[in-house]
Amino acid sequence: MAPVKVFGPAMSTNVTRVLVCLEEVGAEYEVVHLDYQAKEHKSPPFGQIPAFQDGDVVLFESRAIARYVLRKYKSADADLLREGNLKEVAMVDVWTEVEAHQYYPAISPVVYECLINPIMRGVPTNQKAVDEALEKFRKVLDIYEARLSKSTYLAGDFLSFADLNHFTYTYYFMATPHAAVFDSYPHVKGWWERIMSRPYVKKLAANMLIKAP
Amino acid sequence: MAPVKLYGDTMSWNVTRCMVALEEAGADYEIVHIDFDTREHKSPGHLARNPFGQVPAFQDGDLYLWESRAICKHVCRKYKPEMLKAGDLEESAMVDVWLEVEAHQYNAALHPIIFEILISPILGGTCDQKVVDENLEKLKKVPEVYEARLTKCKYLAGDFISLADLNHVSATLCLFATPYASVLDAYPRVKAWWDGLVARPSAQKAATLMKPSV
Repeated sequence: MAPVKVFGPAMSTNVTRVLVCLEEVGAEYEVVHLDYQAKEHKSPPFGQIPAFQDGDVVLFESRAIARYVLRKYKSADADLLREGNLKEVAMVDVWTEVEAHQYYPAISPVVYECLINPIMRGVPTNQKAVDEALEKFRKVLDIYEARLSKSTYLAGDFLSFADLNHFTYTYYFMATPHAAVFDSYPHVKGWWERIMSRPYVKKLAANMLIKAP
Repeated sequence: MAPVKLYGDTMSWNVTRCMVALEEAGADYEIVHIDFDTREHKSPGHLARNPFGQVPAFQDGDLYLWESRAICKHVCRKYKPEMLKAGDLEESAMVDVWLEVEAHQYNAALHPIIFEILISPILGGTCDQKVVDENLEKLKKVPEVYEARLTKCKYLAGDFISLADLNHVSATLCLFATPYASVLDAYPRVKAWWDGLVARPSAQKAATLMKPSV
């Protein structure tokens, strides 16, 4: 079986979303770097990355790619979608949506303002935007704390796609000056530490460096 | 078996997104009204169903769900898995791709527009035309991609209708209650696709329940 291909820079947040899932299922893959400057990344319909190829199957949208990977390489040891159990898959879907529509909008401005803008774009941090985002983010973490007081992971007592979706932005958030926000949420912090202890994290983190172009 | 329950106000396109899925799936369901005026969505009773204090929320026996797209997926998995092409690796991937496109490309641009025009006035605010104009620019790029896609196949995920198509219905009904539905005019295949969707009984029922006010 030929390795599947993920198109895009390895440090991109949505590329990493896919790579985390590939690592979890132990799939063979290669990252094909696309050159932003040459606008090579404008090829899939919306001109965004990542794109993905597995033989004749060409996909875009990171969460759709990730689901395909998790389905194809599902095993007894790696069932991150739980599609065989109606209740479990529903909870995976709920917390995957929560990451997209609640967690990400609150955490991403902090990552953009504190890391991406100043380091990659030479744009100074907008502290007002950071403060507003942090206020929203704390309210989201209140809800996560309550949830994770009841179960080890978000969808239940099993690691799932829902948890993995949080990896990239949380990893970057921990590199901002605001990482200590998590100290007030012991169950969330414990959950994050469990995710960070996955065996492939060091390997992925080596490529997750936000640096000047 | 008790009917499943969908909690919310049917004026919300997120609530009717689920209602369309329930109708298409032929599920036995009831809609339990949640009253925004009395802030019922922030009451302890509702927060127990949706900790973010939003609508919709959903109950199926002892399973409590929220987030409209997760609810829709559950409904399809339980009653009509062919709407997700569950069990087929490639077709289910295409459904997932276009489900994501609806959420992150289409709805991301459309939501602020319909919120400003249809909801803001109801909440006692005014329509922020700058927000509308910025998002119209984003929204205009989307039908072009859909047109190219629908040149290749009848529906978004392939030659079969799926949840990816249906998830567009409720918010697009709202688009037609604004002055901006003309963004679709230049795209004949998109228009034909929409005409087919809106004619479905589930869409007609959603239109009746939503009665978005302008």
